[in-house]
Amino acid sequence: MKVAVSARDIVAFSRYGVVAALVLLVAFGGWRYDHFLGAYNVLTFLRYNAMFALVGLGMTFVIMTGGIDLSVGAVAALGSVVSALLSPFGLWPGVLAGAAAGLAVGLLNAGIIIRLNILPFIVTLATMLAARGTALLLAHNTSVAVSYDTNFMAIGQGDFLAFPIPAWIALAAYVAGSLLLNFTAFGRVTLAIGGNEDATRMMGLPVDRVKLGVYAMSGLAAGIAGVILAAQFGAGQPIEGNGWELFAISAVVVGGTLLTGGEGAVGTTLAGVLLLGLIFNILNFENGLGWISLSAYWQSVIRGAFLLLVVVTQAKLTARDRKSAP
Amino acid sequence: MSERAVLAPRAWRPMALLSRNAVLAALVLLILLNIAITPHFVSWETLNVNLTQVTTIIIVAIGMTMVIATGGIDLSVGALMAIAGALAPLIFEGKLFAIPSPMIGVALAYVLPVLAAGAFGWFNGLLVTRYRIQPIIATLVLFIAGRGIGQVMTNGNLQPFRNPPFQMIAMGHIAHVPVQVILMLLIGGAAAWAVRRTVFGRRILAIGGNERAARLAGIPVDRTKRLVYVISGLCSGLAGLIVVAINSSSDANTNGMGMELDAIAAVAVGGTPLMGGRALIVGTILGALIIQIVRYMLLANGVPDSAAMVVKAGLIVLAVALQFQGRRA
Repeated sequence: MKVAVSARDIVAFSRYGVVAALVLLVAFGGWRYDHFLGAYNVLTFLRYNAMFALVGLGMTFVIMTGGIDLSVGAVAALGSVVSALLSPFGLWPGVLAGAAAGLAVGLLNAGIIIRLNILPFIVTLATMLAARGTALLLAHNTSVAVSYDTNFMAIGQGDFLAFPIPAWIALAAYVAGSLLLNFTAFGRVTLAIGGNEDATRMMGLPVDRVKLGVYAMSGLAAGIAGVILAAQFGAGQPIEGNGWELFAISAVVVGGTLLTGGEGAVGTTLAGVLLLGLIFNILNFENGLGWISLSAYWQSVIRGAFLLLVVVTQAKLTARDRKSAP
Repeated sequence: MSERAVLAPRAWRPMALLSRNAVLAALVLLILLNIAITPHFVSWETLNVNLTQVTTIIIVAIGMTMVIATGGIDLSVGALMAIAGALAPLIFEGKLFAIPSPMIGVALAYVLPVLAAGAFGWFNGLLVTRYRIQPIIATLVLFIAGRGIGQVMTNGNLQPFRNPPFQMIAMGHIAHVPVQVILMLLIGGAAAWAVRRTVFGRRILAIGGNERAARLAGIPVDRTKRLVYVISGLCSGLAGLIVVAINSSSDANTNGMGMELDAIAAVAVGGTPLMGGRALIVGTILGALIIQIVRYMLLANGVPDSAAMVVKAGLIVLAVALQFQGRRA
């Protein structure tokens, strides 16, 4: 007798898989390299990857509804430019402006997707262009230095309780996201939409409102990631964020959220982000040992190979599911 | 009798004719508008600049049209351009393997990179058919890894070169027409013929219309889909060669960057439904021309490129929204 494998099992498999892979990779790094588990490396790593974690969180919710948000990278760039422009007025004006810019694009995405009923993929592709263009326009095609006179840069470079502030923000966002998904009606409806949008609508659940919510969240998260980007590197960068959307999608997939929607988890997206980020970190350490010399370009090849491994494994499990179904 | 009354001859319905040829009408209007407002629009230079900028987009978008017609998508086109573009100079400069004579080197530099891109396209098709992975994710793998492969091959360095026989593909003219434009027309013609007149074309449309029904009807769905991704790969490889030949240098970091967006935009503006089932090759060519001319019009009239991007975004949404309206009506 064959054991049926459900979509839920695939998600569970990927969840354990990604966490196990993450633990193994950390253990490998700690065993092989000095200073790998040192405070400096760990905290720098978390400070930098907090941006990707935020973008990945928003993307997780969007993908769980069966949608996609390709605009996040450009929105982050826009958020970084807007916050840098407003940083002379202080920390909060900069942060709020960057976040608001992201939220605005998110709402625009949702509005077009819901009202005009166009594929999310094509809408967010278009807003990606629009956000990138707006960022370049506001920044006059160059990077915008943030103000050094205010405490704006604290949000990217500061620490709170000896832990980087960006990592705190990401952590708080993931806790909130996890609660939202698992303990609220919003989370239930998000998954229901991904499972079967028409059925969800017929049950009288607020499909449009929840979709508005997930795209707004994704835009907001990308905007905040942009704020952190500006504060961390001291400048709003209109051309940064290229390919972030694909990094985020990979992290979501590696984290076991099904791209068809309907099944997903928040915490494992974080594991996916950390795993994909670690690949780069380990590559640097390995080069430092001097045995090999792999250029930074290998990281995209390795990430692609990793994504391939995960999707093929998921696909094989799904295929077995299909065969064992009556 | 009543049937005949319902199916009135098409020529009697000018509005329907207009809506069916909306893309062409838009292009004509745009050109007329430009003749009126853009200085020096009617000149060989303008034509030349616009054509050289648009040919690679059109070539890639033709492959993309066929992929989209099956209900798929190919995000890897830009990355495959980078791989093909990186390979060509390595081959004709003999860095990859010894070449017997320069001419054979050039011939191989034309053929091998395009075949390599086709092989990667086949890989995309394999993921889509064998493993049933959604096209957007299957091609995401090479989107991420493909450019990396090109960068690793060249160590991320710019490879400048001067090789007139190889650069014929971008610089040469046959009867005053640039070779790349001739190539584009040949590919467009072949694709339009294949979609309309061949069994292969029928199969593409059937799969995009209803894949399950196509499978039940005995259509070799998987083989057809794989072939479509191979074609998209071949088109991308050729476009990659043209780009490096124009630039007299190969740069895997920038070659084909963002091409997937341009190609998809051309397909969308050209009226091919993104859910598959139809393949409007001529529409795609017109769509690419519209996007190009709008951009040129804005730039020539002093609008910054960044604002032109915002306009292009609006154009894509508008085109797709109109498509949906048309289908609902």
